[in-house]
Amino acid sequence: MAKTFKGGVHPPEAKVTAELAISGIELPERVIIPLSQHTGAPSVPIVKVGEKVLVGTKIAEADGFISVPVHASVSGEVKAISDYPHPLGRAMPAIEIESDGKNEWIDLSDWHDLTDASPDRIRQAVRGAGIVGLGGAAFPTHVKLSPPEGKSIDTVILNGAECEPYLTADHRLMLEHPDEILEGLRVIMRVLGARRGCIGIERNKPDAIQKMNEALGGENAIEVLDLKVKYPQGAEKQLIKAITGREVPCGGLPMDVGCLVQNVGTAYAIYEALKFGKPLVERVLTVSGCAAKRSGNFLVRIGTTFAHVVDKAGGMTEDCAKVIMGGPMMGIAQHTLGVPVVKGTSGIVLLSEAEISLEEPGPCLRCGACVDHCPMRLVPNEIARLVEKGHVKAAESYGLMDCMECGVCAYVCPSKINHVHLIKVGKSEVIARRKKESKKEG
Amino acid sequence: MSPLAVGPSPHIRQDLNIRGVMYAVVIALIPAAIGGVYFFGIRALFIMILASVAAIATEAICQKATRRAITISDGSALITGILLAFNLPPGVPYWLPIVGAVFAIAIAKIPFGGLGYNPLNPALAGRAFLLASWPVYMTAAWTAPSRGTLSGMNAITTATPLGVFKVARQILINPGAGADEMSRANSYLAELYSSASLKNLFFGNVGGCIGETSVILLLIGAAYLLIRGIICWRIPVSYIGTVALLTWMLGGKGLFHGYPLFHVLSGGLVLGAFFMATDMVTSPVTPKGKIVFGIGCGILTTVIRLYGGYPEGVSYSILIMNITVPLIDRYTRPRKLGEVGSS
Repeated sequence: MAKTFKGGVHPPEAKVTAELAISGIELPERVIIPLSQHTGAPSVPIVKVGEKVLVGTKIAEADGFISVPVHASVSGEVKAISDYPHPLGRAMPAIEIESDGKNEWIDLSDWHDLTDASPDRIRQAVRGAGIVGLGGAAFPTHVKLSPPEGKSIDTVILNGAECEPYLTADHRLMLEHPDEILEGLRVIMRVLGARRGCIGIERNKPDAIQKMNEALGGENAIEVLDLKVKYPQGAEKQLIKAITGREVPCGGLPMDVGCLVQNVGTAYAIYEALKFGKPLVERVLTVSGCAAKRSGNFLVRIGTTFAHVVDKAGGMTEDCAKVIMGGPMMGIAQHTLGVPVVKGTSGIVLLSEAEISLEEPGPCLRCGACVDHCPMRLVPNEIARLVEKGHVKAAESYGLMDCMECGVCAYVCPSKINHVHLIKVGKSEVIARRKKESKKEG
Repeated sequence: MSPLAVGPSPHIRQDLNIRGVMYAVVIALIPAAIGGVYFFGIRALFIMILASVAAIATEAICQKATRRAITISDGSALITGILLAFNLPPGVPYWLPIVGAVFAIAIAKIPFGGLGYNPLNPALAGRAFLLASWPVYMTAAWTAPSRGTLSGMNAITTATPLGVFKVARQILINPGAGADEMSRANSYLAELYSSASLKNLFFGNVGGCIGETSVILLLIGAAYLLIRGIICWRIPVSYIGTVALLTWMLGGKGLFHGYPLFHVLSGGLVLGAFFMATDMVTSPVTPKGKIVFGIGCGILTTVIRLYGGYPEGVSYSILIMNITVPLIDRYTRPRKLGEVGSS
């Protein structure tokens, strides 16, 4: 029996790019590198306009503990430090670099392999390389590797579920770099003193399961676990529940139940940073969707615009109606292709008119489909209704803040209600109120 | 390239929409509707059409009058019309379904906000209104099925199976009843419980409301809805299960001498359990709540059938339980993933 959780849905998998090997993409003439690509405080620029940079030159420093530095992804000249469109929605400060076309890297020849270094040295190197969670949330990885006093982690889970439709970047990475991913996992386990390592992979990727098992040999501390194909199997709390049976308490973190979850891509980035000193300047992403003329998995420099990636991948069809950063279930719709690829960009999905639903929301029929399928076991119809009516406090008592915005409720809703949107509105109100209250007390 | 659409996630949706849900229910009602016409003649068809047209027209007129979007194409008013007709005796005058449908839509549905907001099942509210206002038509306008008798038995031709049961039971629990009466009542019950009578009930060859008599045709429609995932098993199973258990316990002389199969097959139980108690708008959304709701309907139906003044209690049971839905939902919220505490 494949492991899983209660609830969830089965959207069309659409993994049309699963067979396509990761390929490089022609370097862009310019890159736009946002200062905010991670959860936490934006980085602070340390270069000036006109300065020459190489691939891997640190161009912005971390601001505080929950923050990471940012590196140049092409060699060339800093053109501007200004506000640019950002895939999260509004314009945000970014550094524009014009490429000199030489693709010259910083000198890494005297780098000492750090995979066997002390935990503190590793945390420092991981942070120095600007590594964040590559699954999408982009939480600084060194923070996750530094659990506070009194919290011990016994299980490290690598997330290879990749449950979003269309996306295959993690799948390809597991096929093409299983040894590096495993090495990354071993480092994470050692830093945290964890006894058990797991790699959770959905059953629709039997080749990846086999490949990872082969790479593993017969190592006892690590196992590859096949998961039922179901969205959102790769959500942190659902993955932990499926693999360990433990439930992360409401409002808590995985470390509260002794777990840590990292994306397989993050483990790969950790390995590359420690082994070769390579900062996070590129990532694998999937370009797909019915409106993509050619789909594929590409290794793309951070800061490359969506327009460049889509163009070099093969372009889009006339009926492209929506461009999504990430998967179609949780991704963010873009209003322009001028936005850059950031560290959390797992895919660019081009949806055709036929794929998207523009049906107006109707009245809730109280059919209960959202309740039956909610992987957090909330009552989404009630939460959405309460937020809509302005009863945010009541919505909170129904678990508003426990929602992870996976979109299952809205996906199954026959009335096409935008639960996720309403819940986001409600959450922002709660956060604003909490801020105000803590200010009053302080 | 046309401008890009932006909007909240998820960006893909399941195909099923409100209309899809409603017309699936309409499709599921078709076998029983055909059965109604087969057993009770073309008159049954007229009643169904009158109720449906009246329901749809009333909804359009109300929405027009209040300057709201006209939503009759969603199919919900059509369902109300059909279900109301299903709950009427075949012999009622033709104006009765029209009055019932107008009440169902204009009083029980639209004033509360229309589809999704009505606390009571509109069709059942319409039926309750008619039962209270024109009790003679509603309790006596029976016609025998084309190929059988009203009761499904040969001895009696003037009452529905549940009507015969009621009379027999009242004799049996009356301490002053004579020996003659007692033995007659017992023989009625014996015939009601005979395999011939149960077969008539199963196929629908008995008197009753237009759409309620044929269990097999209702089950065919219900199976379609279950397979499509439009309804789930919880309400019908807990409802029918409760009726079976309680009528077995209390329906005979002394405990556990009842005949549950007769009660499950007769009256409007199967129609009510699969098509009216499962009405999404007026039933709980939580899995546990659905079970509680079904058990509540089952208890009330049994109490009315065995101890109440009416031979049948499905409509009133569901209506009463409709009122409790907000309360049930509140106390049966699922335990959140990671929620600490019991249950």
